[in-house]
Amino acid sequence: MPTLSLNMRAALLSILLLAFGLLIWEAAIPAQKLATELTEYERLTGSGSPKAGVPPPSQVFAKAWQELSNPFYDAGPNDKGIGIQIGYSIYRVLAGYLLAALVAIPLGFLIGMSPIAYKALNPFIQVLRPISPLAWMPLALFIIQDSEASAIFVIFICSIWPMLINTAFGVAGVRSDWVNVARTHELNPLKTAFTVILPAAAPTIVTGMRISIGIAWLVIVAAEMLVGGTGIGYYVWNEWNNLDLTSVIFSILMIGIVGMLLDAMFGFLQRRVAYVE
Amino acid sequence: MKPYLSIENMTQQFPDGNGGALTVFENATFGVEKGEFVVILGHSGCGKSTIMNILAGLAEPTSGAVVMDGTEVKGPSLDRGVVFQNYSLLPWLSTLKNVTFGVAARHPEWTKSQVIEHSTKYLAMVGLEGDVIHRKPSQLSGGMRQRVSIARAFANHPKLLLLDEPFGALDALTRGTIQDELLKIWGGTEQTVFMITHDIDEAILLADRILLMTNGPFARVAESVEITIPRPRNRTEIIEHPNYYAIRNHLVHFLGTRSKAMAGAQSDKSHPNRPQTVRIDKTDGADDPEGRQPALRAVNS
Ligand SMILES: Nc1ncnc2c1ncn2[C@@H]1O[C@H](COP(=O)(O)OP(=O)(O)O)[C@@H](O)[C@H]1O
Ligand SMILES: [Mg+2]
Repeated sequence: MPTLSLNMRAALLSILLLAFGLLIWEAAIPAQKLATELTEYERLTGSGSPKAGVPPPSQVFAKAWQELSNPFYDAGPNDKGIGIQIGYSIYRVLAGYLLAALVAIPLGFLIGMSPIAYKALNPFIQVLRPISPLAWMPLALFIIQDSEASAIFVIFICSIWPMLINTAFGVAGVRSDWVNVARTHELNPLKTAFTVILPAAAPTIVTGMRISIGIAWLVIVAAEMLVGGTGIGYYVWNEWNNLDLTSVIFSILMIGIVGMLLDAMFGFLQRRVAYVE
Repeated sequence: MKPYLSIENMTQQFPDGNGGALTVFENATFGVEKGEFVVILGHSGCGKSTIMNILAGLAEPTSGAVVMDGTEVKGPSLDRGVVFQNYSLLPWLSTLKNVTFGVAARHPEWTKSQVIEHSTKYLAMVGLEGDVIHRKPSQLSGGMRQRVSIARAFANHPKLLLLDEPFGALDALTRGTIQDELLKIWGGTEQTVFMITHDIDEAILLADRILLMTNGPFARVAESVEITIPRPRNRTEIIEHPNYYAIRNHLVHFLGTRSKAMAGAQSDKSHPNRPQTVRIDKTDGADDPEGRQPALRAVNS
């Protein structure tokens, strides 16, 4: 009997689970549809109407097909294609994230290299890190006076901590033997940082970057629900206000898929910088 | 006349963890001549690595000085190449790049192809050729990794080569092969070598002179034993030499009993602790004044 590889069997199981889940979902909806044949009284009181709005998967797929076949249309402030909305979200995430990396990685290097900088900055980090990024929103809106920039600031502040802490940790943990190799070869501090410490700490740093991008993507949805205007978070909220649950479910799926792709990018980077001691 | 490498009144103390100080060695004073292969032999923990780190410039002694070729050693330098016990290869670089890394640091004016050519040559000298040099250190055996580390050090032509128990982690067969390779490369150069080991046979095979260290704390470089066996040496032939067992017995006796008996003695602080020269020669031709000395003259002094 030919045996499939572990991966093949796992993939097969995944497909079965998906099919099974969709089937249950699809099967559960018609029963509720029947419930929409309500009496005049029930319709007036509104009982059961939210339930009635949950679409079957077939309807979600139809919506997805329709949206994805024309993702970049722009028909006014409340009617933009999903591609445009996701584009806005990704732009904000990347802007805030890159700014955070620009601050966190050099600062993490400094903290990792210098015990005194570590001791001096540690209390600030410990207090600032547990603050929910959204708690900064009112302050950001007041100071920056711009919702767009405030959203980017919120991403900045939430993605900075894992990168900062992991960079410091990775740099501080570089084996002294490797640093000694640099020293016996008379490498100057800058050359040592780039040819020895950075590659040695890279796996830890990239792990921090991967955690950060994940958090940034979680936070952008909430931030856009607050600031509104554009973005996938705003889109979800807007469709909820329209009671268009098909679009809500479709955009939830899109958030998951984009998050997965962002994570996969950093997973790839992580494999590139990994080394075996 | 000062020796090429001169260690003068070197004292090393570490905090002992109870607020006091642990003196590893005190006023150690000895020299190494240019082109000499000196091996230091002593029990684990007596302070050999501490001495080597100071010679490399990676650590500073509590007091005392190291002078090489007329200049005091301050900090690490490309003139002093180090082969670390754990190889210290950079695991994210290929074998070849681990060597070119050092060569490029030594010769910043060279072109890339010059650097690669030079590095490849030295890797070939230690028997690493072909595909192997593009592998990462994690894909090499322990012996191959140590070869890379030796190639990296030799390729830079340091004035002084420091080796800290370079073969300690290798099996006996591999160790033998690499010892031979080391002798072969060294033979073609004017390289001064300072090597740490705890293997007596390795020390006799490789050294011009063996420094014997007593146990710590207050360890001393007690004796400097000349290896009166002509080169080129070969591990199967040296055991036939009349001096071989006399020297070997002397070393075994030192490490077995005398290193312990002489340990822990705090000496007169104001005087340098110099090793006593020991020359053991039982060959027929040894009728020069030096050779008439009692063979083991240092034993009970
Ligand atoms: N950085 C240090 N701090 C405190 N004690 C140390 C330090 N380095 C070495 N020692 C102590 O110095 C002694 C000599 O160590 P080492 O030179 O490594 O010995 P060896 O290489 O001969 O085995 C040991 O007792 C060791 O515990
Ligand atoms: Mg040691």
